[in-house]
Amino acid sequence: MARARVLIRPKEGILDPQGKAVERALPALGFEGIEHVHVGRMVELEAEDPERLPELCEKLLANPLIEDYEIESIDGA
Amino acid sequence: MLWGVIQFPGSCDERDALHACSLVGEARLIWHEENDLGGVDAVVVPGGFSYGDYLRAGAIARFSPAMEAVAEHAAAGRPVLGICNGFQVLCEANLLPGALLRNENLRFVCRQLDLLDAAGETLSIPAKHGEGRYYAPQATLDELEANGQVAYRYAPGQNPNGSLRDVAGVTNAAGNVLGLMPHPEHAVDSMTGSTDGLRVFERMAAVAA
Repeated sequence: MARARVLIRPKEGILDPQGKAVERALPALGFEGIEHVHVGRMVELEAEDPERLPELCEKLLANPLIEDYEIESIDGA
Repeated sequence: MLWGVIQFPGSCDERDALHACSLVGEARLIWHEENDLGGVDAVVVPGGFSYGDYLRAGAIARFSPAMEAVAEHAAAGRPVLGICNGFQVLCEANLLPGALLRNENLRFVCRQLDLLDAAGETLSIPAKHGEGRYYAPQATLDELEANGQVAYRYAPGQNPNGSLRDVAGVTNAAGNVLGLMPHPEHAVDSMTGSTDGLRVFERMAAVAA
């Protein structure tokens, strides 16, 4: 089984109010100079056939209209 | 006219939808594991939190056996009405264009508001959702407007969620599939303030006729 991690984030240009809310909260906590915060989600999984992961992402894990995704191999490179 | 209301685990507005449908015909519930709609004339995909809204609202409900049957029903030109979570499910299933995102102000909205239909008539209907911000690429929005697929907009100044171009509801190109975020099934009895929601059900009944 190949272990993988899928990172899903809002597509560039789509309003991300969660990211904005986090960004706006930072100065109050003394964290200056942080921008372009985006909040997404991460899915970890084990796959017999990692070749099929992009299809899985397109069909279920991400909505390609509004989200980008990246697949990272955990044990390999 | 026979209506079928799909019930997923996590649906919560299916009873009101059944009641609303029963005012314009007969209605029955369809459990999400049924893959046969039993010959209904029209389908309602109701509001709620199907499958706990896990992953994305509507993402998992889309793969239920009943939704395969709903896709066939839609492809045959028969009426399908998606309300709130049902709208999200229909978008995820690619039966309607676009997607519903987290409300711009990150707050759950719950209030009566005014919608304008394509003829400019006002409907007073409640909205209650946390992920109702309609999004589609600009080119798609232009196309929807040009084709008359924007069925409902929030009245000026009443957009509760940051939906692009105040879109509250859209149809597919053929017009037989309609999705909207506000809840017409909660506005069918004058006891609760408005009966304007009935017009949405009557509109779908006209598609079936």
